[in-house]
Amino acid sequence: MPETYQDGVAPRNLAAFLRRLYALTRKEVRQLLRDKSNLSIGLLLPVILMLIFGYGLSLDVRNAPIAVVLEDASPTAMDAISGLQLSPYFSPLLMRSMHEAEEKMLTREVDAIVRVPPDFASALNAGQGKLQVIVHGAEASRATIILNYATSALAQQGARLQDRSAGAASDGIGQVQVESRLWFNAANTSTWYLVPGLIVLIMTLTGAFLTALVMAREWERGTFEALFVSPVKPVEILLAKIIPYFVVGIIGLAMCLVTARFLFGVPMEGSLPLLLLSSVLYLFVALGIGLLISSVTRNQFMASQVSLLISLLPVFMLSGFMFDLRNVPVMINVIGHLFPATHFMTLIKTLMLAGNIWPIIILEGSILAGYAVLFIGLARLVTRKRLD
Amino acid sequence: MSDAHAVVGQHLHKRFLDKESGRTIHALKEINLEIPVGSITAFVGPDGAGKTTLIRMMAGLLRCEEGSLQVLGLDVAQHPQQIQDRISYMPQRFGLYEDLSVQENLDLYADLHGVPAQAREERYRRLMEMTGLARFTERPAGKLSGGMKQKLGLACTLVRSPQLLLLDEPTVGVDPLSRVELWEIVEQLRRDEQLTVIISTAYLDEAERCSRVYVMHEGEILAQGAPDALSAHAQGRCFMAVSHEKEPARALQSRLLDTTDLVVDAVPQGGHVRFILGEPHYRDEPRLQSILGTADIQAMTPRLEDGFMVLMRQRLQHMGHSHEASLAAATRVSASTGELASGTGEHETMIEVRDLVRRFGDFIAVNSTSFAVARGEIFGLLGPNGAGKTTTFRMLCGLLPASSGFLQVAGVNLRTARADARRRIGYVSQKFSLYGNLSVMENLEFFGGAYGLRGKRLRQRIATVLEQFELEGLERTPSGHLPGGFKQRLAMAVGLLHEPDILFLDEPTSGTDPLARREFWRRITALAETGVTIIITTHFLDEAEYCDRIVIQDAGELKALGTPREVWVQAGHRADSFLNMERAFIDIVNQGRQPSAQAASELAGSEVVHA
Repeated sequence: MPETYQDGVAPRNLAAFLRRLYALTRKEVRQLLRDKSNLSIGLLLPVILMLIFGYGLSLDVRNAPIAVVLEDASPTAMDAISGLQLSPYFSPLLMRSMHEAEEKMLTREVDAIVRVPPDFASALNAGQGKLQVIVHGAEASRATIILNYATSALAQQGARLQDRSAGAASDGIGQVQVESRLWFNAANTSTWYLVPGLIVLIMTLTGAFLTALVMAREWERGTFEALFVSPVKPVEILLAKIIPYFVVGIIGLAMCLVTARFLFGVPMEGSLPLLLLSSVLYLFVALGIGLLISSVTRNQFMASQVSLLISLLPVFMLSGFMFDLRNVPVMINVIGHLFPATHFMTLIKTLMLAGNIWPIIILEGSILAGYAVLFIGLARLVTRKRLD
Repeated sequence: MSDAHAVVGQHLHKRFLDKESGRTIHALKEINLEIPVGSITAFVGPDGAGKTTLIRMMAGLLRCEEGSLQVLGLDVAQHPQQIQDRISYMPQRFGLYEDLSVQENLDLYADLHGVPAQAREERYRRLMEMTGLARFTERPAGKLSGGMKQKLGLACTLVRSPQLLLLDEPTVGVDPLSRVELWEIVEQLRRDEQLTVIISTAYLDEAERCSRVYVMHEGEILAQGAPDALSAHAQGRCFMAVSHEKEPARALQSRLLDTTDLVVDAVPQGGHVRFILGEPHYRDEPRLQSILGTADIQAMTPRLEDGFMVLMRQRLQHMGHSHEASLAAATRVSASTGELASGTGEHETMIEVRDLVRRFGDFIAVNSTSFAVARGEIFGLLGPNGAGKTTTFRMLCGLLPASSGFLQVAGVNLRTARADARRRIGYVSQKFSLYGNLSVMENLEFFGGAYGLRGKRLRQRIATVLEQFELEGLERTPSGHLPGGFKQRLAMAVGLLHEPDILFLDEPTSGTDPLARREFWRRITALAETGVTIIITTHFLDEAEYCDRIVIQDAGELKALGTPREVWVQAGHRADSFLNMERAFIDIVNQGRQPSAQAASELAGSEVVHA
């Protein structure tokens, strides 16, 4: 009768559970340490990515060449464009004719043209000063930035001019009061928002990509078959896979945070414990996804392809890492929000750049927790000690 | 719970859905079995018989949907975990963790099975002693030779005493010496610890050591009983033909085997031919008399293999399969390529090897080896795992350059004109190395093109090999979907497309059943008759008797060379005594190892260095 075999009381079972878990975890750690390629993906790649993104890749506009066509050579006109000359974002080239400027634009020697019309000074006095700004639109986001910068630089100077000119203040005068200011990234350096994004990327890499390989490897090499016919429980197998990669993920996170803070001076507006907590939550989500992919595909090549497609690519494309989700079509926005990475991205950017904004933290945090339970639960469900 | 039975199965069925073809495969049909506690039970049968499926079901790894299966008194469907706590299972491909050392692998399984620390020391000592792995404990499992891996797999399976031990083809690819050792371990454990052992095997001599044997075929149990009872199916029909002619035994064997209406089976044995008749009275049939000629006929006591062959032939006839047709097609090889041989000289040397050496760093994998092979010879390379066979083999095919020595293949010096020599050889590797997602025809076209065949010539050659290897009608089947035996036939067809002078076969019969092996060897002997020279490696020593000459290598040294009988004499036996290749092999390897047994076992474990 089966009852006769129900031996062992709870504490003995717990001891056995811990002993097996320890044995399996030790095995995983040994394999991880001996597999140089996996270890370097887990530990070396984060550093390399940080350095590349931190130093090499930047979305900032600095010293953008622009053509300034002065058709009005009056001191007022010179004054109006002085804002551009002082700006760190532009290096203006003064030109006499529009024709010349257009040629420079076509050959992409300048990114924009600022045209001061011949009657600028008199029109300004009449309260109708107009400047033309033409931006090369091939790179939409760069164009927008240049347009914004140029408008604001010109508007500030224009306002000052108007203040100075006769106080005949009618309604039409000073109509364009562009007062733009950037919040939460006061310096508007892309490093500040790339680095939090990078943390998401790196956590996804160790969580989903590396673990996607480990279960599949055991299926491929046939190591599970013998392992299954032993007192081992599926949950022990899963835990033993999670533990070492969790540690690797945390080390990666720590390295990112240290570089972010001390190398790139990214601020930490919110609380560090909260940031760590949310990272741990996301790490569980990523591990869950990785294990799920691994258990379903049972094949390392497939697993790595699938995890690239559904975890790493969305981090780049759909999480708001590169492209702001508010600027994309609604459908893409909705799809983007299906990926856990998007929620972690919001959370980590909020915590690092804005501060403890509780409504966001609670909302995104609980979404992440939900995903963590879902994916780890599914991974547990599909990990059965069966071959069929 | 029935105390007397370790496993009881009733009306078991198992169906799989083949994802590729969408068809349902009926892997087990109406299986009923009762396996007594303390017995050693063997499952034998050809590929696809359902042996592995059945063992996996006992281990709780496959869902048991129809019928009932009780293991150690527990229902497998209900309590797989409780069963897994009590049994040990060695899968066909034991998944060792290759990046962990021998010791770490053992520790892992000991921890998982909860072997207490004090019991471990004694257990490990014994396992290490039995497996000869003691000196390799620090070595990563991935760097052990095939036989050593298999022994380590067994050691991991046996870290504790299970109530039931399941072994799925534990000796595939293991050399005869290691095979003997493996069986000693199992039998010793059964004696000392009264455990029940269930084993599936392709070796019928292994099944003969078991207390009970189940013969399976295509998911059904054909027969069961003690080995003697199964052997009795061939009672009164087994004979030995002691030939006095000069011709090799396999010539007479081929003739007997081709007489399918009278003869069930024929194999070369001990330099003579052992055969089974369809009926005892066929002995007086004049046709048989004319085939046997002057040979003396002695009645033999049937072995399990004889009984097995009789059962299989009855089964195939019953199912309407014609084994005859296969054999007939096999012999057609000689008809279709026969003209090739006629013009060429009989004793032309096809392969000449003098003082061949291959080093890997400090390690000498093959040491000053010399031999020559004549046209149309079947030449066997034998030796334990890690002896240097594979290295020698690869040098002969031009896949690996020699460190020093003279190597001439098909009249071309391999060291200077390797590409030229390659055109004249065909190679069939141990693993299936064709493109699985290309169809049979596409594979043939591709490899034909790779060998420079084109247009009409290519079409002719493809038509010829399709007929020779009975692949007609399968042209469009993706080769990955072919059953095991057909894959091998296709591999051979591809290897012979460009009509090579020499065909290299690397362990072609590993893991195949006796039936498939007969057919395979019939093709090989027919090929050799057409003048194709065959170089073959095998772990089945009874197959050495199909060879004209063999070499036995161990630890990189050539230990014996000659006809099977000459090797028997070199092993220290009388020339006129009944030869036993397995005995000869073990004697020769042991003779060589005595002075430096330590160095030899060291080498046995380092095959991977040159793999």
